[in-house]
This record gives sequence, structure tokens and C-alpha cells, in this order.
Amino acid sequence: MAANEQLAMLVQPDRVHRAVYADAGVFDLEMERIFGRAWLVLGHASQVPKPGDYFTTRMGREPVIVVRKDADAIGVLVNRCAHRGATVCAEGRGHVERFVCPYHGWSYDRSGALRAVPVPGGYDKKKLENISLTPVPRVAVYRGFIFASLAAGGPSLEEFLGPARSSFDDLVDRAPGGELEVAGGVFKHAYNGNWKLVLENHLDGAHPLYVHASSIAAARGAPEPGAPGAEHYFDIAVRQMRQNGAPEALWESIGVWATPRGHGWLGDYHTDKRLTGGEDHPVFKEYKKKLIQKAGQAEAERILAVTRWNTIIYPNCSFMSQFRQLRIIHPLAVDRSVIYTYSFRMKDAPEQMFRDTIAFANVVNGTGSLVLADDLEVYERLQRGLASGTAEWVYLGRGYGRDADEADGTRRGASGTSEVFIRAQLQAWLGYMTQR
Amino acid sequence: MNVEQFLYHEARLLDTHQLEAWLELFTADAVYWVPLEREQRDAQHTSSLIYDDRTLLGLRVQQACHPRAHARLPLARTVHQVSNVSIIEEAGDELKVASTLALIEWRNEKQRLWGALVEHRLRRANGSFRIAHKRVELVNSEGELDGIAILF
Repeated sequence: MAANEQLAMLVQPDRVHRAVYADAGVFDLEMERIFGRAWLVLGHASQVPKPGDYFTTRMGREPVIVVRKDADAIGVLVNRCAHRGATVCAEGRGHVERFVCPYHGWSYDRSGALRAVPVPGGYDKKKLENISLTPVPRVAVYRGFIFASLAAGGPSLEEFLGPARSSFDDLVDRAPGGELEVAGGVFKHAYNGNWKLVLENHLDGAHPLYVHASSIAAARGAPEPGAPGAEHYFDIAVRQMRQNGAPEALWESIGVWATPRGHGWLGDYHTDKRLTGGEDHPVFKEYKKKLIQKAGQAEAERILAVTRWNTIIYPNCSFMSQFRQLRIIHPLAVDRSVIYTYSFRMKDAPEQMFRDTIAFANVVNGTGSLVLADDLEVYERLQRGLASGTAEWVYLGRGYGRDADEADGTRRGASGTSEVFIRAQLQAWLGYMTQR
Repeated sequence: MNVEQFLYHEARLLDTHQLEAWLELFTADAVYWVPLEREQRDAQHTSSLIYDDRTLLGLRVQQACHPRAHARLPLARTVHQVSNVSIIEEAGDELKVASTLALIEWRNEKQRLWGALVEHRLRRANGSFRIAHKRVELVNSEGELDGIAILF
């Protein structure tokens, strides 16, 4: 299986072999060649505001610590003691001067350098000099978002992001003064399915009417949302679930774009402007005023004219600016994945916009959500079907042959429901997997 | 009906999938809450695994009856084991009741065991009670969880 020629046979222009989702050997190679090479999104600078603040996460199979070393630098360290291999830091987040291993008390500073070893007389002093926690070789920040790569070489972060930088710009620019912070809790939802399934779902405009049929139907029968001043908690949920039932023609009319590195984004499909910034609502009026104060009239108009829904950063992130949700995908096994979902607060926007973010997160991204539970069920059904060896191919032909290359280096699907973004993801996959 | 019998009755309705009858136990201004964070007090500025007003709770029950409710077809089979019931506050017609819940869920060859500290705010009505507020604090609320399509 490992031979590149064999891997190349798995991805064809409009179809992909089921082994890409179901073969444990392919998964092992992905951890090495994709998650061991690509820039991965780890989090946001607001999670580590002060020197010594840290949080733990994963990069593929590597347990890592993201730590603010000083005012200007964030470091990423492999969470593994150089002595016997225990994780030096408990899972979670906090503040430290030193990382101290629970086993024999070896302690490391925020850069990972070994600072103290109990019973030092037992060692040749010279041998201890070059010991440290293994630093992840490349760390970079784009507009507050922390990225790292386990590979010492490769494209710069800006080159890796390419045209997809504009989606991060959209997310940050929308905050008056550009200030965002992670807030409101983290959903961690898991499913028995391959990590790629979620990335192949988030820009798929043809799935909501089927996967979400039951929540759409329930929302259509719900009481009417209130007018400004008479709104209810349930309004955001009901509006969003109804919007998921947008007719096929609307999904067809929005754009979907992909980049050669597998990133992509979907145009916004919202006709209900209470969800995405209708200017006649008092909260949005106040918000726009603040944005104009900070950015000026022309720039504010430009910012608000960008209408994107989900963006995928391949291979581990999906986010959206309208309700400020960011999801990080952690592959655990060929058939097991977990997704961490973060909400962001715009520091200088009306407080109601953050309450709307929470209401939206609960209904769309919550582990007990009326919407998400059906996506997770379908991922598991995909994985069960793909375990079957009698049919080998997955068909990805929607819009195939009608993709258009645009001037900025993106490729646009023939319509909003084109599978162009999945084809681009798999081409990127093949690039990582067969790169020498 | 005393408080214990009422909580057992509620559990029985859930375990026998009488969801519409279960929904009727809630007052019009009720809140059904499964917090995300330990000792979470605020549901407006912090997400919740479930935070439903009476309207959303109604939609949740309706959704379960839809022929394409993928995560709920079939509904998981459950046992809600309610114990350690104690009245912790009583004022006028309203009681605050603490209990513990051990719940076994089975669906699609997955069996899950849940544990929770539960708090009900009950209002006396016609010799029985109605639920004005139910808070279910799962011991693993901050953990990595598969999708939740049951009611606690």
C-alpha cells in the first residue's frame, strides 16, 4: 500500500477509493505525511494572553502544549518528558512557570529547556545539557490564529493559506477594532468515522435538505420568531433550522470555491437577515456604527459586503465568520474522530451578538443539537458503508467538468452544490501523501 | 403524588418513549438545561449541551417523530435510574429537588452509561407537580462525547 503509485490510484478525477476512508494503513500514513507536514490550526492567541499561559491539544498523534513564552512569542512543545516519556503537563489549560514531570520531577521552562533534575549526581552533566522538551519546529500566527507544523521545512504559512487568508481576514475584520476572543465554552463531539468526512460535509449545499429534514420540519411548525424588542431565546434556532430548508435553487445560486491546497469556502445561503446582519435590526445598527467608528465608512461597507459561510482549512479546521464558530478536527483512528468547536466574542460589539452566537452554537454545533446529531449519525453510516469491500469507489461527480479557474488562484464550482471542494481536498491529500 | 413518585413517573415516561406525555409535565415558561461546564451558572454567555426553552423542547419531541430523524430512528432504549432524592428548598408552591441519575442508553450497538446530578424546580398543580426548571449536570459534560439524541 505504501508505494506512491498505489496511493495515486486511489484518487481519480471524479471518484475516490474507499480505502482512503477505511484502511488503517492509509490512516497511519496520513498521520505521518499530512498531519506531520501541513500547517495545522491549534487555536487563538486569546487562549494564552499572558506569559506562562498554556493549553494542551493534539497535532495528529502528537500531544502538544501551546504556551506563551513571553509577550511576543508563542511556542508549541511536544508534551512528553525527555526522561521516561510521561506527559509533563495535565490535559487542559492553565498558567505555569515550569512544566514539572509528575514521575521524577524533571522540570522545564516555558521554552522547553531542562532547568532542574532531582538526583543530578546520577548523571553525566554534559549529557543533560542538550535535553529539552521537543519543540514543534514551526509556529506562526496569522491575525491571531495560532498554527504549527511538525515539519522543519515546507511552504510558509502565508503561502500555505493562499487565497484562504481572506476568510480569516473576514472573520477578524468583522470585529470592530479587530479584537476577537475565544469565549463561551468548547464543544467536543466525537463520532465513529474518518476525519475527512466532516471536511467533506461543511461546504456541501446538497445535504441539508436530507440530513436535516427532521429539524427543518420541526422548525417550520414552530411559533413565529419575535420582532425586535419581542424576541425569544428560540428565535435564532428556529430561524437557522428553517434556513437550512432553503430551496435547491438557492443552494445552486451561491458560490463554492476551492484552492489547490484543499482549502475552500461556501457562499452564504441566508435570506433571513436577522441571522446575518440585516441592517434594520437595532443590534446590527449599533454594531455597524461601531464598525464604522473603528474602520471608517468605506472599509466597513467593504467588510460587510463579504458574504461567506463555512471555510475549510485543510486538513484540520473549519470556521465561519457570521456567527464566529471555529472547529478543529482531531483524527483519533481511521474510524474515530473528535471535533472541538470554539465560539468567539467580538470584544467591541453589542453584547446581544455574543448571546446570538451562543444560541447559534447550541443549535448548530452543540453535542446535543437538533442539527448536529443528524450529521454525526450520517458520518457513522458513511463509515459503516465504506467498510464494505463489494463496492470500491465513492462518486464525486457533482459539477465535474464544469469547474472554473479564477484569477486569484481559486477554482469555483459550476454551482453552489458542486463537489469541487471535495475534489480539491483529495488532490491536496494526494499531494501530501505522495510528496517525497 | 409525592416528589419521589413524580420523578419516577417522569423517568418511566422517558423510558417508555411517551415523549409527548413527558413534555406535558413542563410549564409554559420551563427551561430544560444540560450545562456544558462544571458548575455553569450562565446559559446566555456560555454554551450548553442542551439549553431548551419550552418551544425548543417541543421541537425536540416533534423531531423524534419525523420519519427522517436519522439520529433518533430508532430512538435509543434507556433506563433512567433516579435516586438520592431530597427536597432542598421549599417556598410557596415551588420546590427545589436534588436527585442523582444513572442512565443506561443503548442504540446501534453502542451502550453508554451516564451519571448526573439533577435539580428540578417543581410547582404544585392538581395534587401533582409540573416541572418549571430541570438541570442535568452530567459528570462527563466537559468530555469528548458522541452525539446526544436522548433526553436525560
